[in-house]
Amino acid sequence: MATFDRNTSAHCLSLLVANRPGVLVRIALVFSRRGYNLDSLVVSPTLNPDFSRMNIVAHGNPEILVQIIKQLEKLVDVIQAKDHTGSNTVEKELALIKVRCKPEQRTEILQLCDHFKAVTIDMTDTSMIIQITGNTDKIDAMKHLLDKFEVVEYIRTGKVIMLRGEDIT
Amino acid sequence: MLYFLQKNDSNLLRTLMTNHALSGAQVILDCLKREGVDTIFGYPGGSAIPLFDALLDSNIKMVLSRHEQGATHMADGYARATGKVGVVLVTSGPGATNTFTGIYTALMDSSPIVVLAAQTTTPNLGKDAFQECDTSGMTFAAVKHSFLVKNPNDLPRIVKEAFHIARSGRPGPVLIDLPKDVTAGNCTASFSDEIDLPGYKIPTYADPAAVEKAAALLKKATKPLLLVGHGAIISNASRQVKELAEKLNAPVVETLLGLGAFPETHPLSLGMLGMHGTAYAHKAVLECDLIMSIGSRWDDRIVGKIEEFCKGATIIHVDIDPAEEGKILQPDAFLCGDAKLVLEQLLPLVSRLDTDDWVKTCQTYKKRYPLTYPKQGGLRMQHIISTVYELTKGKAIVTTDVGQHQMWVAQFFKADYPRQFISSGGAGTMGFGFPSAIGAAIGISSELKWPICCFAGDGGFQMTEFELSTAAIHKLPIKIFVMDNKYLGMVRQWQDMFYGKRYSSVSMEGNPDFVKLAEAYDIKAFRIKRSADAERVIQKALDYNEGPVLIHCECEEEDNVFPMIPAGAPLTAMMTEPPKGQLEKPTGST
Repeated sequence: MATFDRNTSAHCLSLLVANRPGVLVRIALVFSRRGYNLDSLVVSPTLNPDFSRMNIVAHGNPEILVQIIKQLEKLVDVIQAKDHTGSNTVEKELALIKVRCKPEQRTEILQLCDHFKAVTIDMTDTSMIIQITGNTDKIDAMKHLLDKFEVVEYIRTGKVIMLRGEDIT
Repeated sequence: MLYFLQKNDSNLLRTLMTNHALSGAQVILDCLKREGVDTIFGYPGGSAIPLFDALLDSNIKMVLSRHEQGATHMADGYARATGKVGVVLVTSGPGATNTFTGIYTALMDSSPIVVLAAQTTTPNLGKDAFQECDTSGMTFAAVKHSFLVKNPNDLPRIVKEAFHIARSGRPGPVLIDLPKDVTAGNCTASFSDEIDLPGYKIPTYADPAAVEKAAALLKKATKPLLLVGHGAIISNASRQVKELAEKLNAPVVETLLGLGAFPETHPLSLGMLGMHGTAYAHKAVLECDLIMSIGSRWDDRIVGKIEEFCKGATIIHVDIDPAEEGKILQPDAFLCGDAKLVLEQLLPLVSRLDTDDWVKTCQTYKKRYPLTYPKQGGLRMQHIISTVYELTKGKAIVTTDVGQHQMWVAQFFKADYPRQFISSGGAGTMGFGFPSAIGAAIGISSELKWPICCFAGDGGFQMTEFELSTAAIHKLPIKIFVMDNKYLGMVRQWQDMFYGKRYSSVSMEGNPDFVKLAEAYDIKAFRIKRSADAERVIQKALDYNEGPVLIHCECEEEDNVFPMIPAGAPLTAMMTEPPKGQLEKPTGST
């Protein structure tokens, strides 16, 4: 994970890329050359099988990021690179959280799940796996509340974003 | 069938006539011919044998180098001298890795080359097979683009796309990784002129609004200055640059790689800008109220301390690469497009400015702070270069290696023609000068009768001196000036000026006798030890027309290049002569 500078902010990029070997490495190199770490990365197919969509969250100096986006756009296999930070988008992440708990703790955890519209997707005598979707803050909050129980494992997808309305992301 | 034959599809035609499919290697060579390739520079090896075998039946000229780095610089020199794509063909593993310095050199200077790197067979990929190397993976950061071919039927499209990418937009090196089973296998795909690169955009004309803005900014300028870079040469914009300078009545400075884009003997020319540029160019940059870069990228050796560079002046930036906008300096107007086309857009919108006083001031600086060198003492590199310039009347192709002699060639050989001056700028690759001269000589030999003058230091020359064989075999008209000061002169100069004269690993003790070395390759050689002999010997070397000739110039050992601006310092820190006493270590990296 990136070491965050005080003057940096999280940026949410959306890339449309050609499905060619090496495209991910080329993109990663543009970031690493400027000393950037990626917070998260999601690669997904699009309606057209020739292309993929990538959503990247990265922290850093905004001026350098503008430069990075231009250098991404310059890559032959990148069709489009856009910074959607601050635009009118829906953003979702998904997390799975495995909690070790005694049967008498379940009710409180289920109440939390209810509040955050999370669901339990696995339950045993001693544990449960909770699935939660939402924006970054919501998932952070749920995780924070669960920390008082024994969280034994935790995994989170990157952020997927889509522009609201008819516009294409 | 007749329909196909009429389409002049030689691949299919041969398939039909011979009744068997063509190999991948044969198809690649056919594709190269369709791209106008007449010469390949390279070196064979196991994985590349199918390609070299097919070459025997092709009329493409194969230039066998003595090292793959040499072949790559030759292709680069060929590309820079002709404007065509240079082609390299090497084997897998070490053959491929030896090209990396050349690929990176081409990337840094936007030179169009295509590297065909053979590879182990596809089933062997990733299994540490003999001479396997992840060539594509290792070169991602040094190429404009690359391809790993897995299916012979992809070859026609990929070769087409590779050349298209290498030569268009901002040119650069493209690598094709060619597994042996792809080149030896059958290809049944027919040639296609289709290019499937939806993400590849080539800027042409600039946004008219930006052009109008630039015209308005120019109109307000009283002390305008044009900064001309390599981009102007690449886009063949010399005529337009001259027209603009004369129409505006604006002085012109050039970057190292821009030399020749605007005639240096023109009254409006102020020569080269940069760490070792002319004093008058820097004076003009410090005083101008508008600077317009045409195809230059504000290299750190041009701007020095960024915050101080052209402080308060209006900045106009013309560049074909959108990623150059604001990379170093924030321009007031950014004109993204091909330099030639953008200048054609701009020219009708501008008129002569009231700049007579400004031009006069610049010309006064030119007289007051001329480029000079001490006439006393031993043989000076500056003297050799000036003599070559005078004897050739400036009509020579000049290639340089990297270091002190490079800066002196830039200063004292007044390049008047585009593609006349060939040098490794961005990468500063020692060992580039001599092989690039071979590439240039092969590229232009049939068209231009100018001599090819290669200037190389004793250090850099020894990095690729084995290409003497290549020059000798092809009897190339190259005049190789080995500027021998028995030091890595530029590093020694820094250690002298900034590190208390603590010379560390800069002595070239153990240099060979370069005359004997040339003679061992059956190459004519001369030696110059005294300034008084320079003119006579150089004339003899220029008159020699039976192939390459080497001139071993035994120069003053501890001469330093001036003017100089320490790395990272503002332009005001320029020294025109050796400083008194010890200087601070420079803040810039190089």
